[in-house]
Amino acid sequence: MCLALPAEVVALDGDTATVNLDGVEAPVSLAFLEGVGVGDFVVVHVGYALSRVDPEIASEQIAAMKGDAAADVAAAYGES
Amino acid sequence: MKYVDEFRDPAAARALAARIADEVDPARRYAFMEFCGGHTHALCRFGLEDLLPPNIRMVHGPGCPVCVLPVGRLDLAVELVTSRPEVILATYGDMMRVPGSGGVSLLTAKSRGGDVRMIYSTAQAVELARDNPEREVVLFAIGFETTTPPTAAAVKAADAAGLKNFSVLCNHVLTPAAIDAIMTTGSAESRARLDGFVGPGHVSTIIGAEAYEDAARKWEKPIVISGFEPNDLLNAIHLLVRQTNAGEARVDNAFARAVRPGGNAAAQALCDEVFALRDAFEWRGLGTIPESALKLAPAYEGFDAELKFDLQYASRPDHKACACAEILRGEKTPVECAVFETACAPEHPLGSCMVSPEGACAAYYLYGRFRDAAPRLAAAE
Repeated sequence: MCLALPAEVVALDGDTATVNLDGVEAPVSLAFLEGVGVGDFVVVHVGYALSRVDPEIASEQIAAMKGDAAADVAAAYGES
Repeated sequence: MKYVDEFRDPAAARALAARIADEVDPARRYAFMEFCGGHTHALCRFGLEDLLPPNIRMVHGPGCPVCVLPVGRLDLAVELVTSRPEVILATYGDMMRVPGSGGVSLLTAKSRGGDVRMIYSTAQAVELARDNPEREVVLFAIGFETTTPPTAAAVKAADAAGLKNFSVLCNHVLTPAAIDAIMTTGSAESRARLDGFVGPGHVSTIIGAEAYEDAARKWEKPIVISGFEPNDLLNAIHLLVRQTNAGEARVDNAFARAVRPGGNAAAQALCDEVFALRDAFEWRGLGTIPESALKLAPAYEGFDAELKFDLQYASRPDHKACACAEILRGEKTPVECAVFETACAPEHPLGSCMVSPEGACAAYYLYGRFRDAAPRLAAAE
């Protein structure tokens, strides 16, 4: 029920975005998000974008997980 | 897929598992509850429990809205759509096969002539109302905070369009209330054994990481919010081990790429406008929990199907052989249910946890039953 996936915004038309999910395009409502642009990734759930993926945090997480044991994954992964 | 594949990298998964193994205290046992059914499925699907040290046990939580919806609420929908020919009941696909009283599901109701329509988005339910002005369209709305804003958006859209033939049978439930219920129901022994929670990922995109601060403080348990990819989960478990070893009980946001501290303010404001707290709501397995669910706010009462059709809720029992209640409280694993895989299977489910794509029983049936078969057979002998 709470299943959601990150998808790339490829077009915008007012409050509606077209997202591309691994080659499949679908309309998604942006009613809950402001300032979304083409090229952004949004978390999509039942036809609505719930949040924007922060590309900087995401790449920090990916780098930390790929790094050697010296990289502190926990710290880079957002210990609050 | 970007932001999916990177978090499934096998080399990174092995490195994370090695770090967990390095940091666990071999002299103690750890039990962490993953709240979400989506997390349960990721654990089973990717075989993550096999990567964990044997003294870490994952306890499967109640975070599956289809699973926690009690039989009586489903019966309301079945009875409504079979007794009133003017009603079109719109529902997400997950709900279709869940058995209600007497094993009657919405799919059964449809086969008996009830007009049940499967939708992907709440917007489709509003379209149904617009396209069928002579009919009454009822959205069977279920879900945690992730799914609540889309229902609110549908109510607002129907209101703006002046649609009088649209209403919502509202079963939206609240995550923090369920965490409190886990800590106050069930046996004291099983609660004391819990060392921490893997917090919901997508729910948290709406309510924010800060929404768990009270629970972490009150119950003195660490809560680590996690995404749904395997490496997200391994990382969250790593953070839980760290906090447990240090005797800490903090909220860590390990899904910060999608979850903001305060959540999604626009979605929260919309839900606050459209919904109001119910005094109490019954959950399968957890009993009746005060202030744990939502109904339509007074300004939107015209869209409340319970008022419109004078629906009276009555609590109804689960199937006698079904252990969904204990499984939802984390007191039993699916394989400890007497009917698991025999009388109860995805093709002929007795309980909700076997039907839902997020249910723990469905996860074990799909991914875990062969691994578990050998020890079970040995135990039976």
